Amino acid sequence: MFKPFRALVRKDLKLYFSNRRALLMSIVAPIAFASFFGYLFGGSGGQTETARIPVLAVDSDGSAISREIVARLTSDKALEVKPATLAAAREAVRKGKATAAISIPQGFGDAAAKAFFRSGDKPEIGVMYDPSHSTESSMIQGMLAGHVMEAVSKEMFNGPTGRKSVKDSLAQVEGAEGMSPELKKSLTEMLRGVEGFNQARASQAQGSDALDQGITMPFQVKTEAVTSGTGILYNGYAHAFGGMGIQFILMMGIEQGVMMLLLQRSGVWKRLRAAPLSRGVLLGSRAVSAALTSMYVLLVLFAFARVVFGVRILGNWAGFLGVCVAFSLMAGTFGLLIAALGKTPEATRSLAIFATLLMVMLGGAWVPTLFFPRWLQKVALIMPARWAMDGFDATTWRGLGFSAAAGPIAALLGFTLVFGVLAWMRFRWEAEG
Amino acid sequence: MLEARSLKKSYGPLVAVDGVSLRAGKGEIIGLLGPNGAGKTTTVSMIAGLLRPDSGEVLIGGRRLHGDTDPLKREIGLAPQDVGLYEELSARDNLALFGALYNLGGAELKRAMGRVLELVGLADRAKDKVAGFSGGMKRRLNMAAALLHDPQVLLLDEPTVGVDPQSRNAIFDNLETLRQAGKTLLYTTHYMEEAERLCDRLVIVDHGKVVADDTLQGLHKLIPAASLLTVELADGHEDFDLLEELGKLPGVQSAEMRGGSLKIGLGDLSTEAPHVLAWLVERGHPFQHVSSELASLESVFLTLTGRSLRD
Repeated sequence: MFKPFRALVRKDLKLYFSNRRALLMSIVAPIAFASFFGYLFGGSGGQTETARIPVLAVDSDGSAISREIVARLTSDKALEVKPATLAAAREAVRKGKATAAISIPQGFGDAAAKAFFRSGDKPEIGVMYDPSHSTESSMIQGMLAGHVMEAVSKEMFNGPTGRKSVKDSLAQVEGAEGMSPELKKSLTEMLRGVEGFNQARASQAQGSDALDQGITMPFQVKTEAVTSGTGILYNGYAHAFGGMGIQFILMMGIEQGVMMLLLQRSGVWKRLRAAPLSRGVLLGSRAVSAALTSMYVLLVLFAFARVVFGVRILGNWAGFLGVCVAFSLMAGTFGLLIAALGKTPEATRSLAIFATLLMVMLGGAWVPTLFFPRWLQKVALIMPARWAMDGFDATTWRGLGFSAAAGPIAALLGFTLVFGVLAWMRFRWEAEG
Repeated sequence: MLEARSLKKSYGPLVAVDGVSLRAGKGEIIGLLGPNGAGKTTTVSMIAGLLRPDSGEVLIGGRRLHGDTDPLKREIGLAPQDVGLYEELSARDNLALFGALYNLGGAELKRAMGRVLELVGLADRAKDKVAGFSGGMKRRLNMAAALLHDPQVLLLDEPTVGVDPQSRNAIFDNLETLRQAGKTLLYTTHYMEEAERLCDRLVIVDHGKVVADDTLQGLHKLIPAASLLTVELADGHEDFDLLEELGKLPGVQSAEMRGGSLKIGLGDLSTEAPHVLAWLVERGHPFQHVSSELASLESVFLTLTGRSLRD
């Protein structure tokens, strides 16, 4: 039994390695895709240079406040701000050449200054955005709020508009009828205080205190990427190489299944079936050879990622190898299942590719599952790709121990068992007469 | 050596093989003949153990073949109709693989490979990839792979399809050698001339049933016009009244005029031909040349099944 088994596995490996083009594609294609996705998802330095968001600024006001707002937006590293007319800005957003356009209407500066201390109508800043970039639009609105607050408060405490606004407000409060004397007194004292503060500052050199910049955010954000250890940066290539490896190996599984269906139509299948071999030898040898080629592809991919992108196995090595082996075995039986469930090679290929891409996508090989809604994250648990991805993430960049890989290994071996049994039961053994 | 008893196989409502029985002894070549869809390949598949018969049994050397892993399968070699070889592997690698399936290894495998490659004349191409072989060479290697484990029974399913005349003759020579070595051969074909040349006995199947099982001579006796008498008339002109009268003579099964020659089908040449020739002279139709031949296997088949072998 072992001699035929070994011979069949050796034959499959020989065929795999003799087909140079297919061999190259099974390695080069995942490397190319993983390199691209790895770069997009953070590269190897913890973060990558992301494209700045193109924004157009329409300053119809031309006041000190509006000019300050545009200047602050322009200096923001996340934005690429260019001036434009209202019509040109709308057209550019419509054509997708700019993500958003910010329109500061005429009289905004005065109206904003008045609204700073008083209630009443607040002036509007128009934001026109490309609906296909709604996420960036939210970001832009957040940044705009901060910059407007800083620009307006700076002018209020430093600039002529602020002084005039305080004076006007004082006159309005003093002449107000129907206001309670206590409230009138408090407001008048506060405004006189601001007026006195402004006069005192006007006699001093600029830039002598913090209020030169107006009101600023009362906090700073300190971020920390939690990786396997202090000082170890997140390597986006680790996730990408795992994900693309999973995808392309499952694709190889489809190819293996389709090849089995084609084989069943051939004289080779009759010859194999004519030999005194059990079904276990025939199917098992295919699964083992497919698992060995999968293992080979995974190891080559991670070796490449190590050498070129510095992806390291920061977690438990045994756990990493265990995930590789369990996933490879699962991929081997996945191919058999395709062959068992497929009717014709032609129909099977397209359906299997669709199902596999769905499985890979839901498994988090393209985008981590943490971006999924909660219900979808639960659905993803029935996808072997999800477990493999978790296992690779845990043992590579997360730097976790064997216990973190044990769950994925067990799940993948479970899938292997289910796929194998289903394939064995459903496989059509009898050659066509 | 090989015996199939009442083999039956159905695919849903379609009865592919309906009670086929046949026997083949040592050193015998049995031809399995039938048009496409007659059930030949299904019969061979059941004999080779690829298909489980719905009923009936296959015996090799008197022992019943049973299950996928039956060691008795070692006594059977199959050369399938579609060449069963890996094109990307060399001839030697193909043989090494198929030998290993029968637990051959080491020196024993090497000897076996040398023997079969020598037999089919491909020893000098052993290291070449099969993809570079001609159709005939692939067929010969296909047969070599079936012989590698030295089986007693060889099943050859259309072994000469798409083969050039030179390779066909080489295959025939190989088969003669195997017959002399005492092997039992079941030869499936729809080439009648091959069956006539090679086979000791012919089993004709149609619609899944055996319609005849006999030697070539025996089969000829099954049809009324076993011999064909060709008479070239001296005057050469076509006389349809003559044909009608000729057809009424005792022993004459058929009569037709083709290009100035009379073609007369006779049940028994030796007794009926003299009467026919004398009758022609008496009726004033002298002839200048007479020849005779046995009816072709095609005629036999047509008579037995009502359709052509190549249908």
